[in-house]
Amino acid sequence: MDNDSELVHAAQNGDQRAFAQLVEKYEARVYNLARKMMRDPQDAEDVLQETFISVFRHLKDFQGDASFSTWLYRIATNASLMKLRGRKTPPLSLDAPVEMDDAGALPREIVDWGITPEEALLSGEVRAQMDAAVDALPESLRAVFVLRDIEGLSVQETADVLSISVPNVKTRLHRARLMLRENLSEYFKRAK
Amino acid sequence: MKHEHTELCAQLQSELPDYLDGEARAEICRAIETHLADCDDCRVVVDTLKKTITLYRNAPCEDVPQDVHARLVRVLSLVSTNDERINE
Ligand SMILES: [Zn+2]
Repeated sequence: MDNDSELVHAAQNGDQRAFAQLVEKYEARVYNLARKMMRDPQDAEDVLQETFISVFRHLKDFQGDASFSTWLYRIATNASLMKLRGRKTPPLSLDAPVEMDDAGALPREIVDWGITPEEALLSGEVRAQMDAAVDALPESLRAVFVLRDIEGLSVQETADVLSISVPNVKTRLHRARLMLRENLSEYFKRAK
Repeated sequence: MKHEHTELCAQLQSELPDYLDGEARAEICRAIETHLADCDDCRVVVDTLKKTITLYRNAPCEDVPQDVHARLVRVLSLVSTNDERINE
Protein backbone atom coordinates (compact mmCIF):
# COMPACT_ATOMS: atom_id res chain seq x y z
CA MET A 1 0.00 0.00 0.00
CA ASP A 2 1.69 3.20 -0.95
CA ASN A 3 -0.76 5.43 -2.72
CA ASP A 4 -2.57 7.97 -0.61
CA SER A 5 -6.13 7.00 -1.39
CA GLU A 6 -5.51 3.34 -0.45
CA LEU A 7 -3.78 4.37 2.76
CA VAL A 8 -6.51 6.86 3.60
CA HIS A 9 -9.22 4.32 2.89
CA ALA A 10 -7.53 1.70 5.11
CA ALA A 11 -6.92 4.23 7.88
CA GLN A 12 -10.56 5.32 7.71
CA ASN A 13 -11.47 1.70 8.39
CA GLY A 14 -9.35 1.62 11.52
CA ASP A 15 -6.07 0.29 10.11
CA GLN A 16 -3.55 1.88 12.49
CA ARG A 17 -0.55 0.81 10.44
CA ALA A 18 -1.95 2.64 7.41
CA PHE A 19 -2.40 5.76 9.53
CA ALA A 20 1.18 5.43 10.81
CA GLN A 21 2.36 5.18 7.20
CA LEU A 22 0.56 8.42 6.32
CA VAL A 23 2.25 10.11 9.28
CA GLU A 24 5.67 8.79 8.23
CA LYS A 25 5.12 9.90 4.66
CA TYR A 26 4.05 13.46 5.44
CA GLU A 27 5.53 14.45 8.81
CA ALA A 28 8.66 16.01 7.28
CA ARG A 29 6.56 18.14 4.89
CA VAL A 30 4.31 19.32 7.69
CA TYR A 31 7.24 19.97 10.00
CA ASN A 32 9.09 21.91 7.33
CA LEU A 33 5.99 24.03 6.65
CA ALA A 34 5.53 24.68 10.37
CA ARG A 35 9.21 25.59 10.84
CA LYS A 36 8.95 28.18 8.07
CA MET A 37 5.64 29.58 9.31
CA MET A 38 6.55 29.80 13.00
CA ARG A 39 9.57 31.56 14.46
CA ASP A 40 9.63 29.38 17.55
CA PRO A 41 10.62 25.68 17.16
CA GLN A 42 8.30 24.73 20.04
CA ASP A 43 5.39 26.34 18.18
CA ALA A 44 6.37 24.40 15.07
CA GLU A 45 6.30 21.16 17.04
CA ASP A 46 2.87 22.09 18.44
CA VAL A 47 1.62 22.70 14.91
CA LEU A 48 2.99 19.32 13.82
CA GLN A 49 1.19 17.54 16.66
CA GLU A 50 -2.06 19.48 16.30
CA THR A 51 -2.10 18.79 12.57
CA PHE A 52 -1.85 15.02 12.90
CA ILE A 53 -4.22 14.88 15.87
CA SER A 54 -6.72 16.76 13.71
CA VAL A 55 -6.06 14.43 10.76
CA PHE A 56 -6.60 11.44 13.04
CA ARG A 57 -9.88 12.79 14.38
CA HIS A 58 -11.31 14.06 11.08
CA LEU A 59 -10.03 11.46 8.65
CA LYS A 60 -13.44 9.78 8.68
CA ASP A 61 -14.95 13.02 7.28
CA PHE A 62 -12.38 13.30 4.51
CA GLN A 63 -14.30 12.71 1.30
CA GLY A 64 -11.50 12.43 -1.19
CA ASP A 65 -12.82 15.22 -3.40
CA ALA A 66 -9.60 17.12 -2.72
CA SER A 67 -6.31 15.23 -2.67
CA PHE A 68 -5.18 14.05 0.75
CA SER A 69 -2.08 16.24 0.60
CA THR A 70 -4.13 19.38 -0.16
CA TRP A 71 -6.41 18.57 2.75
CA LEU A 72 -3.42 17.95 5.02
CA TYR A 73 -1.70 21.18 3.97
CA ARG A 74 -4.93 23.06 4.66
CA ILE A 75 -5.07 21.69 8.21
CA ALA A 76 -1.38 22.42 8.81
CA THR A 77 -1.57 25.94 7.38
CA ASN A 78 -4.68 26.75 9.39
CA ALA A 79 -3.04 25.41 12.55
CA SER A 80 -0.04 27.67 11.90
CA LEU A 81 -2.13 30.75 11.17
CA MET A 82 -4.33 30.19 14.22
CA LYS A 83 -1.30 29.88 16.45
CA LEU A 84 0.19 33.06 15.00
CA ARG A 85 -3.09 34.90 15.44
CA GLY A 86 -3.48 33.72 19.00
CA ARG A 87 -0.57 35.81 20.09
CA LYS A 88 -0.90 38.98 18.07
CA THR A 89 -3.45 41.42 16.84
CA PRO A 90 -5.48 39.71 14.13
CA PRO A 91 -3.83 40.01 10.73
CA LEU A 92 -5.64 40.94 7.57
CA SER A 93 -7.85 38.21 6.27
CA LEU A 94 -6.30 36.18 3.49
CA ASP A 95 -9.09 37.38 1.23
CA ALA A 96 -8.40 41.04 1.78
CA PRO A 97 -6.83 42.63 -1.28
CA VAL A 98 -3.08 43.07 -1.05
CA GLU A 99 -2.11 46.68 -0.91
CA MET A 100 0.12 46.98 -3.90
CA ASP A 101 1.27 50.49 -3.23
CA ASP A 102 3.86 51.20 -5.88
CA ALA A 103 6.46 52.46 -3.47
CA GLY A 104 6.59 49.11 -1.68
CA ALA A 105 6.53 47.09 -4.87
CA LEU A 106 9.40 48.91 -6.53
CA PRO A 107 12.88 47.48 -6.20
CA ARG A 108 15.12 49.61 -4.02
CA GLU A 109 18.26 47.57 -3.60
CA ILE A 110 19.93 47.19 -7.00
CA VAL A 111 23.04 45.19 -6.28
CA ASP A 112 24.52 42.12 -7.86
CA TRP A 113 24.88 39.40 -5.21
CA GLY A 114 28.19 38.14 -6.54
CA ILE A 115 27.31 34.59 -5.52
CA THR A 116 25.37 31.75 -7.13
CA PRO A 117 22.44 30.13 -5.29
CA GLU A 118 24.43 26.87 -5.14
CA GLU A 119 27.32 28.61 -3.35
CA ALA A 120 24.97 30.57 -1.13
CA LEU A 121 23.12 27.47 0.07
CA LEU A 122 26.36 26.01 1.43
CA SER A 123 26.53 28.77 4.02
CA GLY A 124 24.69 28.31 7.30
CA GLU A 125 24.65 32.07 7.74
CA VAL A 126 22.88 32.55 4.40
CA ARG A 127 20.31 29.90 5.31
CA ALA A 128 19.69 31.65 8.63
CA GLN A 129 19.21 34.93 6.77
CA MET A 130 16.77 33.23 4.38
CA ASP A 131 14.72 32.01 7.34
CA ALA A 132 14.79 35.45 8.97
CA ALA A 133 13.61 37.00 5.71
CA VAL A 134 10.63 34.60 5.54
CA ASP A 135 9.87 35.35 9.19
CA ALA A 136 9.74 39.04 8.37
CA LEU A 137 7.02 38.57 5.74
CA PRO A 138 3.46 39.45 6.73
CA GLU A 139 1.60 36.20 7.51
CA SER A 140 -0.74 36.38 4.56
CA LEU A 141 2.22 36.57 2.18
CA ARG A 142 4.28 34.08 4.13
CA ALA A 143 1.67 31.33 3.85
CA VAL A 144 1.47 31.73 0.07
CA PHE A 145 5.24 31.82 -0.35
CA VAL A 146 5.90 28.82 1.90
CA LEU A 147 3.32 26.67 0.13
CA ARG A 148 4.33 27.63 -3.40
CA ASP A 149 8.08 28.23 -3.36
CA ILE A 150 9.23 26.20 -0.36
CA GLU A 151 6.81 23.27 -0.31
CA GLY A 152 6.58 23.29 -4.09
CA LEU A 153 2.80 23.24 -4.50
CA SER A 154 1.38 24.56 -7.77
CA VAL A 155 -0.36 27.94 -7.87
CA GLN A 156 -3.70 26.13 -8.15
CA GLU A 157 -2.95 23.84 -5.18
CA THR A 158 -1.86 26.83 -3.11
CA ALA A 159 -5.13 28.56 -3.96
CA ASP A 160 -7.07 25.42 -2.95
CA VAL A 161 -5.21 25.06 0.36
CA LEU A 162 -5.79 28.71 1.32
CA SER A 163 -9.27 28.99 -0.25
CA ILE A 164 -8.26 32.09 -2.18
CA SER A 165 -8.29 32.79 -5.92
CA VAL A 166 -5.45 32.01 -8.31
CA PRO A 167 -4.87 35.71 -9.17
CA ASN A 168 -4.76 36.42 -5.44
CA VAL A 169 -2.07 33.74 -5.02
CA LYS A 170 -0.06 35.22 -7.88
CA THR A 171 -0.21 38.76 -6.50
CA ARG A 172 0.81 37.68 -3.01
CA LEU A 173 3.53 35.39 -4.28
CA HIS A 174 5.10 38.15 -6.33
CA ARG A 175 4.91 40.58 -3.44
CA ALA A 176 6.56 38.05 -1.15
CA ARG A 177 9.34 37.35 -3.65
CA LEU A 178 10.02 41.09 -4.04
CA MET A 179 10.26 41.55 -0.27
CA LEU A 180 12.58 38.57 0.11
CA ARG A 181 14.74 39.84 -2.75
CA GLU A 182 15.12 43.20 -0.98
CA ASN A 183 15.99 41.54 2.30
CA LEU A 184 18.58 39.20 0.77
CA SER A 185 20.04 41.95 -1.43
CA GLU A 186 20.67 44.09 1.65
CA TYR A 187 22.29 41.10 3.31
CA PHE A 188 24.56 40.27 0.37
CA LYS A 189 25.52 43.92 -0.01
CA ARG A 190 26.64 44.01 3.62
CA ALA A 191 28.39 40.64 3.31
CA LYS A 192 30.40 41.68 0.27
CA MET B 1 17.75 55.94 -5.36
CA LYS B 2 19.97 54.72 -8.08
CA HIS B 3 17.18 53.14 -10.07
CA GLU B 4 15.86 55.57 -12.68
CA HIS B 5 12.32 54.63 -13.19
CA THR B 6 11.44 54.82 -16.85
CA GLU B 7 8.17 53.80 -18.38
CA LEU B 8 9.70 50.66 -19.86
CA CYS B 9 11.07 49.63 -16.47
CA ALA B 10 7.63 50.09 -14.90
CA GLN B 11 6.03 48.03 -17.63
CA LEU B 12 8.57 45.28 -17.10
CA GLN B 13 7.84 45.24 -13.38
CA SER B 14 4.17 44.64 -14.05
CA GLU B 15 4.89 41.77 -16.41
CA LEU B 16 7.43 40.09 -14.16
CA PRO B 17 5.11 37.72 -12.27
CA ASP B 18 4.10 35.81 -15.40
CA TYR B 19 7.58 36.05 -16.85
CA LEU B 20 9.19 34.52 -13.75
CA ASP B 21 6.73 31.66 -13.75
CA GLY B 22 7.24 31.02 -17.45
CA GLU B 23 3.68 32.00 -18.24
CA ALA B 24 4.27 35.18 -20.23
CA ARG B 25 3.41 35.09 -23.94
CA ALA B 26 6.33 34.78 -26.35
CA GLU B 27 6.23 38.38 -27.58
CA ILE B 28 6.17 39.66 -23.99
CA CYS B 29 9.17 37.49 -23.15
CA ARG B 30 11.00 38.92 -26.15
CA ALA B 31 10.14 42.49 -25.16
CA ILE B 32 11.34 41.82 -21.62
CA GLU B 33 14.58 40.27 -22.79
CA THR B 34 15.22 43.15 -25.18
CA HIS B 35 14.76 45.60 -22.32
CA LEU B 36 16.98 43.55 -20.02
CA ALA B 37 19.76 43.60 -22.61
CA ASP B 38 20.13 47.37 -22.28
CA CYS B 39 18.88 48.18 -18.78
CA ASP B 40 21.42 47.24 -16.13
CA ASP B 41 19.12 47.94 -13.18
CA CYS B 42 16.27 45.78 -14.41
CA ARG B 43 18.73 43.02 -15.29
CA VAL B 44 20.07 42.98 -11.74
CA VAL B 45 16.54 42.98 -10.30
CA VAL B 46 15.37 40.12 -12.50
CA ASP B 47 18.56 38.16 -11.90
CA THR B 48 18.34 38.52 -8.11
CA LEU B 49 14.62 37.71 -8.14
CA LYS B 50 15.37 34.51 -10.03
CA LYS B 51 18.15 33.74 -7.56
CA THR B 52 15.77 34.36 -4.66
CA ILE B 53 13.30 31.83 -6.04
CA THR B 54 16.04 29.29 -6.80
CA LEU B 55 17.49 29.65 -3.31
CA TYR B 56 14.25 28.78 -1.58
CA ARG B 57 13.25 26.07 -4.04
CA ASN B 58 16.60 24.33 -3.62
CA ALA B 59 17.02 24.73 0.12
CA PRO B 60 17.09 21.27 1.71
CA CYS B 61 13.98 20.15 3.60
CA GLU B 62 14.78 19.80 7.29
CA ASP B 63 14.54 16.31 8.74
CA VAL B 64 12.23 15.91 11.68
CA PRO B 65 14.50 15.66 14.74
CA GLN B 66 14.35 12.23 16.42
CA ASP B 67 12.91 13.58 19.67
CA VAL B 68 10.23 15.57 17.82
CA HIS B 69 9.26 12.45 15.88
CA ALA B 70 9.18 10.34 19.06
CA ARG B 71 6.93 12.85 20.84
CA LEU B 72 4.58 12.96 17.84
CA VAL B 73 4.22 9.18 17.82
CA ARG B 74 3.59 9.16 21.58
CA VAL B 75 0.97 11.92 21.42
CA LEU B 76 -0.84 10.19 18.58
CA SER B 77 -0.93 6.89 20.41
CA LEU B 78 -2.29 8.62 23.53
CA VAL B 79 -4.97 10.35 21.48
CA SER B 80 -5.94 7.12 19.77
CA THR B 81 -6.22 5.18 23.04
CA ASN B 82 -8.10 8.03 24.68
CA ASP B 83 -10.57 8.42 21.80
CA GLU B 84 -11.28 4.66 21.85
CA ARG B 85 -12.04 4.81 25.55
CA ILE B 86 -14.46 7.69 25.01
CA ASN B 87 -16.19 5.85 22.17
CA GLU B 88 -16.71 2.71 24.22
ZN1 LIG C 1 14.64 48.91 -16.84
